[in-house]
Amino acid sequence: MKGKWLITGLIPLVLLIGVLGWVLKNGAGIEKDPAAPIEVLNIERIKVTKIGFELSVSNTGPKPLTISQVMVNDSVWNYSVSPQAKLERFEEGKVTITYPWVEGDPHTIKLITENGIITEGEVAAATLTPETNWSNFLNYGLIGFYVGIVPITLGLLWYPFMKRFSRKSINGILALTVGLLLFLFVGTLADGFEIGAEAPSVFQGNMVVIIGASLTFLLLIGFDQYQQRKQEKKGYSPFGLALLMATGIGLHNFGEGLAIGSSFALGEAALGTFLIIGFTLHNITEGIGIAAPLLKTKPRFRDFLLLGVIAGAPAIVGTWVGGFIFSPIWGAVFLGIGAGAILQVIYVITKMLIDDHKKHAEPSVSWLNLTGFTIGLLIMYFTAFFVKY
Amino acid sequence: MSDEKKVSRRDILKMGTAGAFGIAGSYYLNKMAQFPNVAQASSDSSHKTSNHSNHSNHANMSDKTKTTGYKMAERLLTDFDYGEVTKLPNGQILREYKVVAIDKEIEIAKGIKFPGWTYNGTIPGPTFRCTEGDLLRFHFINKGSHPHSIHFHGIHPPEMDGLTSIYPGQKFTYEFEANPYGLQIYHCHVLPLARHIHKGLYGNFIIDPKKPREPALELNMVMNGFDLDLDGENEFYTVNGYANAFMNHPIKIKKDQLVRIYLSNLTEFDLLNSFHLHANYFTYYPTGRNDNPSQFTDTIMQCQGERGIIEVRFPYKGSYMFHAHVSEFAELGWMGFFEVE
Repeated sequence: MKGKWLITGLIPLVLLIGVLGWVLKNGAGIEKDPAAPIEVLNIERIKVTKIGFELSVSNTGPKPLTISQVMVNDSVWNYSVSPQAKLERFEEGKVTITYPWVEGDPHTIKLITENGIITEGEVAAATLTPETNWSNFLNYGLIGFYVGIVPITLGLLWYPFMKRFSRKSINGILALTVGLLLFLFVGTLADGFEIGAEAPSVFQGNMVVIIGASLTFLLLIGFDQYQQRKQEKKGYSPFGLALLMATGIGLHNFGEGLAIGSSFALGEAALGTFLIIGFTLHNITEGIGIAAPLLKTKPRFRDFLLLGVIAGAPAIVGTWVGGFIFSPIWGAVFLGIGAGAILQVIYVITKMLIDDHKKHAEPSVSWLNLTGFTIGLLIMYFTAFFVKY
Repeated sequence: MSDEKKVSRRDILKMGTAGAFGIAGSYYLNKMAQFPNVAQASSDSSHKTSNHSNHSNHANMSDKTKTTGYKMAERLLTDFDYGEVTKLPNGQILREYKVVAIDKEIEIAKGIKFPGWTYNGTIPGPTFRCTEGDLLRFHFINKGSHPHSIHFHGIHPPEMDGLTSIYPGQKFTYEFEANPYGLQIYHCHVLPLARHIHKGLYGNFIIDPKKPREPALELNMVMNGFDLDLDGENEFYTVNGYANAFMNHPIKIKKDQLVRIYLSNLTEFDLLNSFHLHANYFTYYPTGRNDNPSQFTDTIMQCQGERGIIEVRFPYKGSYMFHAHVSEFAELGWMGFFEVE
């Protein structure tokens, strides 16, 4: 009996393998060779060095390919490829070009394969790519510190001021937090899609963001429910909620750090200081958000420190990663996770607000809450003007 | 976690120090924000390392290997197809040429394959040559995948003008008398025109005057371009179909020797192309006619389909550069050297 049962499971499998084998051997019956050669060469990173450019490339097409010519700004140029000009599928290579680039000028680099397929890379404004050394490491870390930890800590400083609010106003502040977070969620998702689109198409950057976001969201919720059942506690501890928020915001700030670090590395942050000021201003509100759940409790100083570090320090790491080892696909992964984490916090706070108002037989979307929510969105919207162009 | 202890005023002050630290640090940050004093790229040292050729400045695309593409360009430089010659009863010379249209991949720059349409397997096609008054027969066979034709410039009956498509597998014989003398061109005249010409169906067609020209080192140069991604812009500009051919393998010439260049422009997608010679002047005869007003200059330009003869002698030994004076074309492959010995 059991054997029979197993066989019924195997039959479709065997047939499937048969069909696949037939298709692989005979083709789909339409055409065996593509009309034009399919070659996909990806330029992952362009490093501007003292003597020229260094391109990290990978072959993400279905067949091996050979890099045969290189042009820089519409001029045929000498180059070398390591390990060799022919790249197998998924093989990575390094193209080195000696070129007298001009500080601040845009440079277009075309790689042409044997079959005449052109892959274009751009250096938006040429400037030396920062080398990985201690001084740069520190400088980048400092940028991350200003963008991440400083504003969030400053935001947390509003805690004593907010402490005197009534229950309803506290709920209003929480609604404001939901507004902030919604903005951050959409922003993080959009950044993820933008970076994901730069990744080689075979990795499907956009799907990576979606997978990252939904899995993170569900995993966090699942973990929460498990914790609650285990401890048989009702609701969230305020500090736990603040911690959750700090984590979600931290991942978002990792993304911001990534953006800053890589734009410096790409020579695009000519307005670097301005960008940093913008992000700092933008992030102060995140501190308010994190402090909001704690208003009914009596937190200790070190709790604030912990929250500030959890939410802010990822910006430092992000700046390092963006500046020294940036790769679009990892950016997409992290931003996806960040978006999922933020979404989960939105869910938790909203649920908490609704429960609280139900308990007191009030409408959840009160005028105060709506105002808070709107202000939250608007604060983020207007402070974002400093970092968008 | 957070039980009894209140946040004291002192704690708030502690937190404030973080902010103060921030403000202080912004001074430092400001200094490093734009990474001042980044290397002026193209520093001397970088250039020294890249120059290992004797043409010290223009060594950015050096390649001494004699690839298939280069050999084709070199052969077309001095190869003239005089056809199969017989004498007709009336004393007239009859020249018969075989022309086959073939789809063929051509190497147009080192390692780059171009899916071309060719006459007799090269881009440009063979340089047909005859003398004014000869009777010419071009036996054309289309072995390509598309209809093609040969449209010759010159004076001939309209039915020999190459406007009729010859379909794959078909044959046609173009027959006419060579007239007038000078430099003519030929190309496919099947629609879509730009595509048929750009793919490689063109070449030079020399009709010598009855009174022979002064003996010289004769060179054939067809200026052309290649658009690899079909965006209407050429990626490579060449002479005789191979980028930087005579840049890496200079054309050898003797001092004071008369050099005659049959130059035509069959570049598609660009209105004009040009020829500029360094450190010397040449005489330019439009359409190769001695009776046309000529020019004594170092730079000429040709519209699509325009052609002419350049005659020049080199009074000094050494390397003379020649190239399109449009810098972009030059840097994309249309550049070369005469090596005068």
